[in-house]
Order: sequence, then C-alpha cells, then structure tokens
Amino acid sequence: MAGSGVHATVAVLERHLTLYRRLFWASAMSSFLLPVLFLVSIGLGVGGYVGDLGGVSYLQWIVPGVMASTAFQMAVGETTYPVLGDFKWTRGYHAMRATPVRIGDMVAGQVLVMVVRVLPQAVVFLLVVLLFGGLRSWWSVVTPLVCAAVVVASALPVMGFSARIDNDGYFALLFRFVMIPMTLFAGVFFPVAQLPVVAQWLAWVSPLWHGVELCRAATLGVAPPWPVWAHVACLVAWTVAGGWFAMRGFARRLAV
Amino acid sequence: MMTVMAAGRAVRRGLFGGVSAGRVGAVLGRNVGALRSGPAYWLVLLSGFFEPLLYLLSIGVGVGALVGAVPVGGRPVDYAVFVAPAMLAVSAMSGALAETTFNVFFKFKYARTYDAVLATPVRPVEIALGELTWALVRCLFYTLMFLVVMVVLGLTSAGGALAAFPATALVGLAFGAVGMAISTFLRGWQDFDLLTTGQFTLFLFSGTFSPVQDYPVVFEVIVTLTPLYHAVELVRGLAVGPAGWMLLVHAGYLVVMAVAGLWVASRRIGKLLLV
Amino acid sequence: MAEEPLIVARGLVKRFGEFTAVDGIDVSVERGEAFGFLGPNGAGKSSTMRMISCVSAPTAGELRILGMDPVRDGVAIRGRLGVCPQLDNLDTDLSVFENLTTYARYFGLSRAEARRRAGELLEFVQLADRAKGKVEPLSGGMKRRLTIARAMVNDPEIVLLDEPTTGLDPQARHLLWERLYQLKRRGVTLVLTTHYMDEAEQLCDRLVVMDGGRIVAEGSPRELIARYSTPEVVELRFAGGADAAVKLDGVGERVDPLPDRVLVYARDGDAAVAEVHRRGLAPSSVLVRRSTLEDVFLHLTGRTLVD
Ligand SMILES: Nc1ncnc2c1ncn2[C@@H]1O[C@H](COP(=O)(O)OP(=O)(O)OP(=O)(O)O)[C@@H](O)[C@H]1O
Ligand SMILES: [Mg+2]
Repeated sequence: MAGSGVHATVAVLERHLTLYRRLFWASAMSSFLLPVLFLVSIGLGVGGYVGDLGGVSYLQWIVPGVMASTAFQMAVGETTYPVLGDFKWTRGYHAMRATPVRIGDMVAGQVLVMVVRVLPQAVVFLLVVLLFGGLRSWWSVVTPLVCAAVVVASALPVMGFSARIDNDGYFALLFRFVMIPMTLFAGVFFPVAQLPVVAQWLAWVSPLWHGVELCRAATLGVAPPWPVWAHVACLVAWTVAGGWFAMRGFARRLAV
Repeated sequence: MMTVMAAGRAVRRGLFGGVSAGRVGAVLGRNVGALRSGPAYWLVLLSGFFEPLLYLLSIGVGVGALVGAVPVGGRPVDYAVFVAPAMLAVSAMSGALAETTFNVFFKFKYARTYDAVLATPVRPVEIALGELTWALVRCLFYTLMFLVVMVVLGLTSAGGALAAFPATALVGLAFGAVGMAISTFLRGWQDFDLLTTGQFTLFLFSGTFSPVQDYPVVFEVIVTLTPLYHAVELVRGLAVGPAGWMLLVHAGYLVVMAVAGLWVASRRIGKLLLV
Repeated sequence: MAEEPLIVARGLVKRFGEFTAVDGIDVSVERGEAFGFLGPNGAGKSSTMRMISCVSAPTAGELRILGMDPVRDGVAIRGRLGVCPQLDNLDTDLSVFENLTTYARYFGLSRAEARRRAGELLEFVQLADRAKGKVEPLSGGMKRRLTIARAMVNDPEIVLLDEPTTGLDPQARHLLWERLYQLKRRGVTLVLTTHYMDEAEQLCDRLVVMDGGRIVAEGSPRELIARYSTPEVVELRFAGGADAAVKLDGVGERVDPLPDRVLVYARDGDAAVAEVHRRGLAPSSVLVRRSTLEDVFLHLTGRTLVD
C-alpha cells in the first residue's frame, strides 16, 4: 500500500535531513569542535597532573568517554526543543498525522536521522584523536556503532518526555538535573567507582555509562567492567522502554 | 567595591543623563513579578546554580582525586581549591549572560515585552539598566550560594568568601553589560550557537581547569587578553590568594568591560526598539 | 445499485471530557459533491472535520469514509484524503517548494514524482515565483494557498478544507474560490467549513447548518432559503431604536427585530415598504434585498453568524 511501512519512515527521515542541511555548519561546530576543545582542556590540560590511569594516559582514558557523551548530548539536544516545537509551534507532527504516516514512522524516522548523523561524526572524531595518539586498539572501529546505540537508547525516552510537556522551561530542568549530571558523573571523566554508592547505582542505570564503558573497552582494547552482553542488554532495555514511552506520548498528544 | 561604585557614577553622569531610578525600578519590578507567575521560572532560575556546582563536584572533586595538588602562586593547593573559585567566576558570568542575552533577546523578539513597556514613559536606557540590575541580582544569588558551598566544603575561608563576593558582583556587571550589548546584535537563534560556543571555549580555557602557565606561550598570551581569565584570576586571588597588585589590573579590565558594554548597549538599544 | 456515499456519519459524537462538541450528527456526502458545514464559533465544525480526516477518533456513533472504518483503516483512508486544517501547519523551516515535496513523500510518492507535483501545484495556486523562498514571509493568503496546494499533493479523492478563506482579503478569497471550483469540476469531492454565507452559496451543492454540536438544517442553499426564508428581505433602521417593531405586526410574512435594525421577511419587498409607510412609520433607512443564507441562519439559531 502506498505510503505505509518503510516508505513513510524514510519520508520522515528525509524531512529531518532537509532541515538538518540548513543547520549543518552550526551543528558541526557543536558536535565536533566542542568535544575536541574538551579533550584539549581536560584531557591534555588536567591530564598533565593526573599521570596514568589504569596503565593508560588520562587523555586516552577520557577519549571514549567524551565520544559517547557527545553522542548522548546530541540525542538529548535533538529531541527536546525540536520535538516540542513540532508539536507546539510548527505543528509538523500534526501535518504528518493527516497523512498515511503513522506514529511509529514519526518516531523511527526522527531517531534514524540521528543515527545517520552520529556515525560520520564519530568517524571524524576517531580520526582526529588518532592524531593525538588517543586510541590503543583496532576495536576502536566499533565505537561509532556504540555511539549510535547510545543515541537511540537516550533519544527515545527524551522524545517521550518532550511529547508530554507544554512549557519549554522543563527542558532547563532536564538539562541541569539529568543531562549534565549524567555527562559529568557517568564515568566520562573519572571512574564511577569513586562515587558514593547511591550515585554509582544511578550511573549504572544511565544509558550513557554503558556506552562509555563499551567505547572505552574498544579504544583501549580491554574488557569492560560488566560482560559485554550485560552492557548491551541495558542499552536495549532503554531502547525498548523508551520506544514504548515515546510512542505512547506521541499517540496521546496527537489523539484529541 | 570602590570600582563598582565609580563605574556606577560614571555611567550615571556621563552616559545616561536624566535616567529615572523609579522607571528603572519599574522594569526591575516586572521581572520580580514574573517570579510569582509560577514555579517553572523559579526552578529554571534555581537550577542555573547547579551547573557550576556539578562541574566543581565532577572535575574539582572527582578528577581532583586523581590529580592531587596544583601550584597557585608558587604554593601547591588541592585541585578542588584551585577549581572552585574558577567555577564561582563562571557562575557569575553565566548567571549574568543568561539573563542579558537569552532572556532579553526573547523579550525583544518574541514576547514583545518591551513594545508594551515603551508605550509608557519608560525609556530604552532605563529598560537596559533595569534588565542589567536584574541580571546582577540573579548573578549575586548564584555566587552567594556558591560561596556558602565553598566554605562548607572547606574550599575557602570565611574571610576569603567575604573578599570574593564583591568581586563576583563586578564580574556579573561586566559580563551583563557586554551581554546586553551583544544581544542587540543577535539576528536569530542560530547566533546563540555561536555565543554558546564562545562562552564554552572561555569556560574551558581561562585558567579554569589548569594554570595558564601550562599552556603554550602563544596560547597563554591570547588567554590573558580574554575576559573570563581576568574574572577567574581576580576571584581566585581573593578567595585563595595570593593577593597582589595584579588584582587591580584584573579589576580594571572588568570595569572597562562594564563601561564599554553599557555604552554600546545604550546606543544600540534605542535604535533597535524605536523602529 | 448506487455507489455507497464517500462519507457516512450516523449519530456521530465527539466529547472532550464532559463537554460534548459534536452531539450526534448524521451526514452523508456523495462522490463529486461540494459539501459545506456552516455554523458560528464553537459549533463543532472543526471537531467534525478532524474526525473525518481520521486524526481524531469519534467518541460514539458510526463513521465510514471511502467505505472504510477510520479507526482501523486510518492509514489507508488518509492516503486518499487531502486536508487543509483551520490553522496552517506549514513547515516554517523548509522552503515553499520543500514543503510540498516533503509532504508528498509522506504519501509514498517517488522523489521525481514529488518534485513534478510540487511544480504543478505551485503553478495552480500561483506561487511558482515563491518556490525557493521561505514560508515565513508569505502573506496569510499565500500561506493558505500553499496549505491548499499541499492538501492536493497526493491527488486526493476528497479534499477537506476547514475555513479555507478566513482572514483573507476579497481578492484572495475569489482566487481561492476559483481554484476550488476548478477542483470540483475535475470530480474532486470537497468538504468545507465556513462562517461566510456567500462562500457557502458560491461553492456548496449541499450544506448543513450546525449549532451547539447539532445539525439544525440541511439542504442546498436554494432549498434552505426557500424553506426557512422568503425571497426578499427588507432591512429597516429607526432613529429611535427598534421600538417601532410592534407597529410592524403583520407586515410581510415575519418580522425579526435585531438590536440595530428590524428585518421584515416578505415575498415582495417593495409592497412591504409601501405598507410600512402607509402605517405612518418613518424609518431612517430602508434596504430591500434578496434573501441569503444569513437570514436562514438567523431564523434557525436566533443569532447572526459572525458575532
Ligand atoms: N481539544 C479540545 N479539547 C477540549 N475542547 C475542545 C477541543 N477542541 C474543541 N473543543 C471545544 O469543542 C467545541 C467545538 O469546537 P470546534 O473547534 O469544533 O468549533 P468550530 O465550529 O470549528 O468553531 P470555529 O468556527 O471557532 O472554528 C468548542 O467549544 C471547543 O472549545
Ligand atoms: Mg473551527
């Protein structure tokens, strides 16, 4: 049947790509330049005082963390204001709703566009840190896939959140109480083992920590703290639960 | 504090003759009134305080545990002690900038708050001063809370906190004034990306996380020309030491910033609002 | 056997919480017809339209569109509808042309086909010279035309237009009417809502008048006028207010006093005016005109349409 199934998902994906083309340079800056600056300031600057961490230089230790957290931040950034805006200001979802596009297509198309974006970004980042001597293993080549998994696992629940709020003031709260704490305490800059026990649990629950540890295992060529399947299972759990949460949120908001 | 008052006088006499404190107060009052509009704005306001605090805990305390000591003025101090005053300066900067760039721009372009205000005897300059005062209130609210946290965590002494507090007011005033001037040049939301990137770069490279003496020389020279560096050095010198005549240079830089920012803002804001 | 009507509603109800916006209406629309919903603000027109466009589920009653059930077969039905909502929801971050191509892709058109249709439709609504431009700077009427072009992108069998001309100047309205008339000639079924009597008279073969969620009358514009009004109406204004109405008892078929004027419904307007003068009344202004749907509406609901 025309318009249904994969076609509709692709059509939604294309719409977001068309929008993205306009913002390419601005977003390239924040998704590429900022992580590199971070690496220089913290990895090199502070790293000079840290010395080795688990037998590798501090720079090498935080490279995978910065990589995964950049993907995570993109996922959150792209699913907050843009999603609320398409419900409230441009009413883009309402326009889609009047066509054969289904809720699942809207959600899947928008998530896939982020996957399409994060893969090349991660590859470029890998090449740059390679020049800094930031990689230690050929397993590094799987990190773009891990970044994609982090994006999906964190974008979906945030989409569900954005579909349920009406005032963008709540985003400031999401950023300050969820996103920033996660990037700062989920094992990006220092091992979560240093955290108080309760905070450690929170880090273990977060999708970002699993992404960071998988990336770190890959770039350093070591085994991750939990078995690989356990980390992957946590990311999958976030994806499934988040997907359900997002679909329900969209369906409710569009069904009036 | 002297410098702040001197700047205030210069601003009053030289730049904005005939400004009415009452009308500036009315603009200020509008913002205070908005606080009563509901919990959302309060929460947003309050949450702004947590960002530098979280950085302090993550980088200062978390990474600090891996670092040990860092030299300040030739004397080794705990890494958290080194980072804390920098985060204090950052919270003063971001508190003032958030209010004078993002919020002012929003009121300009979207909420059209000022159109209504300008239909009354209030003048553009008075709007600018009202918003700036409000930005300063927000900034001092952040820095006061942050200083309390610093004292509680033993990252500065009570005396150090008392000395640093007025300095944060100067930092807020300088960045608030410049932010005000910048917001008159912003064309749309896309410019905020640039502004945020700029702000973030300052945040990373102003002697915040490692001493500027560690940077390559060229880099160090460039950094010593940028505003947050002076804010960080001033606040750190007062909170942790060592105090010296260089502090006057840093304060002077910020005073010049405040005056120049206000001058530009007052010239542009009238033009923009009275089209 | 005759084809099943394209749209059939029986006892259709829409509730928002406790509030009943559409209160059990029966409607049927045949292929090729231009069908109108007429009614004042809050009558339930948009709520009905949204149910027909399969974006809002009916609370109760039966609704079949193109022979299918909107809740179960929503995707298939929407693929054959074109919808122009009351509020424009154009993609302000895309160009005019991209708005059409992007939308076309939602219907599964190929990229090449989408571009071809977009080009054609921009010609059709006279926006070809704005193709590359942004949506934001377009005037209200241009945006409306673009929304209508967008509703046509999938070559729909039914086009649903919720207040297509509200807020437009007379020229823009006439251009739109002309375009809609062309669509109708091509055999497209049109369903529209409006506050404007002249619009309904111009465009609709058949219409229903809604008020408070119910249908209060149904028929062609001509039938409705014949049934609920007289061929002519005399509008009288009196300097001293409308107290004179009592003295008009028996003039024409019916007298309807409004706050600012008195309407006299009559088969022959001039004869009624003569009778008014014969009774020694001196209205400050007199206007004899043909009866319109506005009069029908006034009679049915006791209110003017645009209040
Ligand atoms: N999502 C909603 N939630 C609650 N009430 C609603 C909702 N949508 C419509 N209503 C109410 O239903 C009633 C009918 O609304 P509707 O939009 O269908 O009217 P309408 O005939 O299209 O009016 P208008 O001419 O103003 O467009 C109104 O009283 C409206 O307030
Ligand atoms: Mg309506």
